[in-house]
Amino acid sequence: MAGGGKIDPMHQFLVEPLFGTQNWSIAGYNVAFTNSAAWMCVATVALIAFMTMGTRGALIPGRGQMMVEGFVRFIDNMLAANIGPEGKRYVPYIFSLFMFILFANVLGLLPLGIFGIHPFTFTSHFTITGVLAIISFSIVLIVGFWRHGFHFFSLFVPHGTPIWLLPLIPLIEFVSFMVRPFSLGLRLFVAMTAGHVLLKVLAGFIINSGAAGIGTGLFVGVPSFVLMVGISALELLVAGIQAYVFALLTSLYINDAVNLH
Amino acid sequence: MDPAAAKLIGAGLAAIGAGMAAIGVGNVFGSFLEGALRNPGAADGQQGRLFIGFAAAELLGLLSFVVAMILIFVA
Repeated sequence: MAGGGKIDPMHQFLVEPLFGTQNWSIAGYNVAFTNSAAWMCVATVALIAFMTMGTRGALIPGRGQMMVEGFVRFIDNMLAANIGPEGKRYVPYIFSLFMFILFANVLGLLPLGIFGIHPFTFTSHFTITGVLAIISFSIVLIVGFWRHGFHFFSLFVPHGTPIWLLPLIPLIEFVSFMVRPFSLGLRLFVAMTAGHVLLKVLAGFIINSGAAGIGTGLFVGVPSFVLMVGISALELLVAGIQAYVFALLTSLYINDAVNLH
Repeated sequence: MDPAAAKLIGAGLAAIGAGMAAIGVGNVFGSFLEGALRNPGAADGQQGRLFIGFAAAELLGLLSFVVAMILIFVA
C-alpha cells in the first residue's frame, strides 16, 4: 500500500523485531525484542527517572518534587472520592497504571521522527491495553471475592429491584460486568490508534500536496498543516484524558468490589 | 455490487457513528458547563461523573471506528 507516493497511515503500528533478535524463541514461541518492547522499556525508564527526581523528600520541594506530589495527590483524591477511606490501599496500583499509560501515550506523540527515531505508541495495540484491563479486572474479582465471598454476587442484584424483574436484571448486570474489561481496553487502544491514523493522514496530505506543485501545496498543504498543529494539541489532551479515564474507571470498578452497591 | 466497494461504502457509513458520538460528547460537556455556571460551587465535585459520561459517550463513537477498521482490514 505504501507504493506510488501513497502514504500508508497504518505502517506506524507495525511491530517489528529490533537488533536482529527475530529468531529468539522460548518453547517454540517467538520472543523477539520488538520496537513495542523497546518503547515499553523507554517508558519505564522515563517513569523511574521522573519518580526518583521527585521523591528525594526535600523539606522545601523543588520543581520535580512538586510535579510528582501533584500527580500523587491527584490520584489520592480521586480514590478518596470514589472508594472512600478504603481507597488508600489501591493508590500504588492506580498510580502506576495512570503514570505508565500517561507516559506511554505522551512518548508515542513526541516528534522524535525528525531525529530519525520513530516513536511507537504501544498503547495503540489491543494486546497491551487488553492485558492492562485484564489486570484491573482480576484485581476487582480478587478483592470482591476476598472481602465478600459469595456475597459478591449480590452485585448483580441492585437494591430495590422489583420482584418481577428478578429474572432479567441479574442477566443484564452480568453482561455489563463482563463487558467491562473489553470496553476498558478497547477505549484506550482505539482512541490512540484513531488519533495517530488521523495525524498520519494529515501528514500525507501535506507531503503529497507539496510534491504536486506550489499551487496545490499552498491551497491544500498549508491548511492541513494548521489543522495538524491543532489536532496534535488535541491528541496531547486525549493522551491525558485517556490515562485519566482508564484510572478513573478502574477505581470505580474497584469501588464496586469493595463497597458493593 | 462489488464486495470490495460494498466494504468501503460500509466503512464510510460507519463514520456517521463518529459524528453521532461528537453530538453525544458535546452534549455531555455542554450540559456540565450549563450546570456548572449555575452552581460553580458544586462543579468540582462532579468532575469524576463528567468524565464517566464522556468515556461512555466516546466509547460508542470509537466502536464505529472499530467497525470501519474491521470492514477495511479484516472482513
